[in-house]
Amino acid sequence: MNKFVWKKKDLLGLEELSADEILHILDTSKSFYEISTRAIKKVPVLRGKTVVNLFFEPSTRTKTSFELAEKRMSADIVNVSASGSSLTKGETLIDTVKNLAAYKIDILVMRHSVPGSAHMLSKILEASVVNAGDGAHEHPTQGLLDIFTIRQKKGRIENLKVAIVGDILHSRVARSNIWGLTKLGAEVILVGPTTLVPKHFEAMGVKISHNFDDVIGDVDVINMLRIQKERQKKNLFPSLREYSDLFGLDERRIKKIKKDAIVMHPGPINRGVEMSASVADGPFSVILDQVTNGLAVRMAVFFLVTGGRKGKGVM
Amino acid sequence: MKLLLKNGRLIDPKNNIDEKMDILAENGKVSQRGKSLKGSGCKVIDLKGCAVFPGFIDMHVHLREPGREDQETIETGTLAAAHGGFASVVCMPNTEPPVDNEGIVELIYAQARTSGVVNVFPVACISKGRMGEDIAEVGSLKKAGAVALSDDGNTVMNSNLMRRVLEYSSMFGIPVIDHCEDFNLSGDGVMNFSENSIRFGLKGIPSASEDIIVARDIILSEMTDSHIHLAHISTAGAVDLIRRAKKKGLKVTAETAPHYFTLSDRYLETFDTNFKMKPPLRTEEDRKAVVRGLAEGIIDAIASDHAPHVQHEKDVEFDFAPFGIIGLETSVGLALTHLYHKKILNLTQIAERYSLNPAKILNFKDKGHLSEGADADFTVIDTEKNWTVKADDFYSKSKNSPFIGWELKGKPVLTIPGGKIAYNELPGKT
Repeated sequence: MNKFVWKKKDLLGLEELSADEILHILDTSKSFYEISTRAIKKVPVLRGKTVVNLFFEPSTRTKTSFELAEKRMSADIVNVSASGSSLTKGETLIDTVKNLAAYKIDILVMRHSVPGSAHMLSKILEASVVNAGDGAHEHPTQGLLDIFTIRQKKGRIENLKVAIVGDILHSRVARSNIWGLTKLGAEVILVGPTTLVPKHFEAMGVKISHNFDDVIGDVDVINMLRIQKERQKKNLFPSLREYSDLFGLDERRIKKIKKDAIVMHPGPINRGVEMSASVADGPFSVILDQVTNGLAVRMAVFFLVTGGRKGKGVM
Repeated sequence: MKLLLKNGRLIDPKNNIDEKMDILAENGKVSQRGKSLKGSGCKVIDLKGCAVFPGFIDMHVHLREPGREDQETIETGTLAAAHGGFASVVCMPNTEPPVDNEGIVELIYAQARTSGVVNVFPVACISKGRMGEDIAEVGSLKKAGAVALSDDGNTVMNSNLMRRVLEYSSMFGIPVIDHCEDFNLSGDGVMNFSENSIRFGLKGIPSASEDIIVARDIILSEMTDSHIHLAHISTAGAVDLIRRAKKKGLKVTAETAPHYFTLSDRYLETFDTNFKMKPPLRTEEDRKAVVRGLAEGIIDAIASDHAPHVQHEKDVEFDFAPFGIIGLETSVGLALTHLYHKKILNLTQIAERYSLNPAKILNFKDKGHLSEGADADFTVIDTEKNWTVKADDFYSKSKNSPFIGWELKGKPVLTIPGGKIAYNELPGKT
């Protein structure tokens, strides 16, 4: 492991991290990966620390992953969901969080539909803020676990070609992947319809293609994103049938991929829409490895952001 | 009551004056102009080192009264105006209730008489309830004293209503002001659609949303031969459309706000809601086009779009924060720093953008110039004064400014509406 010293209080996004910082999280994650392979899957790293999971959007897998990471690190945890909180009674987010912080919490994990919400809280809290997804902006732990999985399977990130396919416009997973992968030297190609992959993404240092078949045989990694049916209502594409025909990864298209390529998906999968069942369960798929790795990455993030600091309230 | 302003540099574009000259005000009017005027029995103010302008007019502000007195009142809004160098403000009709009948126009005038410290001129609605459906009683509103018509933030999306109000209002000589935004294109956007909105994951409002309505309004102005004034222009496309309209000699005028010539959408990277307004901050190219538009006179006026919001309304997640920032107290300082000191506008042009042109657009015959008999409205500026924008210095009830902490050069130091001092920070307070 390198001798890098982690200094950040929060994990808000991959845009603001350096390549060294990202590599340091990935290296730290390796040590935590091993814990979940033990018979007794618990370490005392966060013993006596309090973590609040504040989720304003429905989430099963991310929330479960964070919770398991917290429990396996022996933290005391509290789950607050939007529907059961005072926010439905008209309290502002800042007031809600200041009240939570008055309990001297150590880490706040938050998922929110509005970009920048975690950044806003990080400025008023002494506790660490871990962004579990802010609107279409970033989902840093997902980006990190995707990159961890690629490195685990391919041995490196540099000079790999990674296609991210689907609704890039609304995807925080895509943005975190783009920042992380490009910082580590991969070539990223965004694939999707013109309405969901506007040319403005090029400013983030990526290539764009609107023809999946042109790209598929040339890439080492294919990361398929979930397509939401609601987008159809906004005229971003005419039908799921047409979307699936143009950008779905099915038996016909999977034949074109490189023999050593991997197929990823952040979940949950719409089987038969962006990906056929046989591809999701097929030999190229590393989807369940992503889930396992997510736990290790989140444990590493908690370890780094708390780094021996005391629980505090509002700044 | 007589007031003699001595030794100032008088800037009066209408009368081609830019020289050291004294000016005497009597009973609220300019009575004499000249070298070494002697004042007997009058208050004398020495303005050596300062520039004296015809009173500045901010033709686009929100005073929030009636309805949202927690955000601003006519009293605090006009105190802010006086502090910012404005002898007159033109307030928008998106109050609660809206200014769609004579009663509300009269209420605003009455309130301004009792608690206002500068001149207040209300704009009335184009449509009843600002609903964009039925035309308001333009004749009655004009008679009650409304100086212009606008549905403010609610663009008149119905082109036929816009056509009819342009036709109908022209017989009263009352200008129509439009906030140009195609709501279908804006959707639920919260910032400019650009590389930056893509980067931040925030929903974008394309500049086409503004350009399309600007183009439509220009076409309707030509068709009806009526005056349209385009509010807070922010895009390169709109500047271009207005340039072409003016070349054609159409009755089209336009304003922009200080944030469109000083800021661009990259500032949103902090997710600070004090950078959230409509129209949104655009790209650096748009900003430069607005600056060019001001330099060429394509954009006639600078107006602040002063939009007070209380702290707790802005201290929320970006999508949930209201659009708008205050601007009365930073407008002139920003223009002097970023237009005058950067040699984009000279002081005569500053006087045009802040006083003469707004007066012309609004048919204020006795404002915007310092001819004998004109209203004794003066804005006095120390163009070399360095100062820092501080929230604590604002007279406005609200503090939602993105410019807090900015270092500016040039500041209004004395504001005189109707021959009476409304704000004075001259040393010694003569």
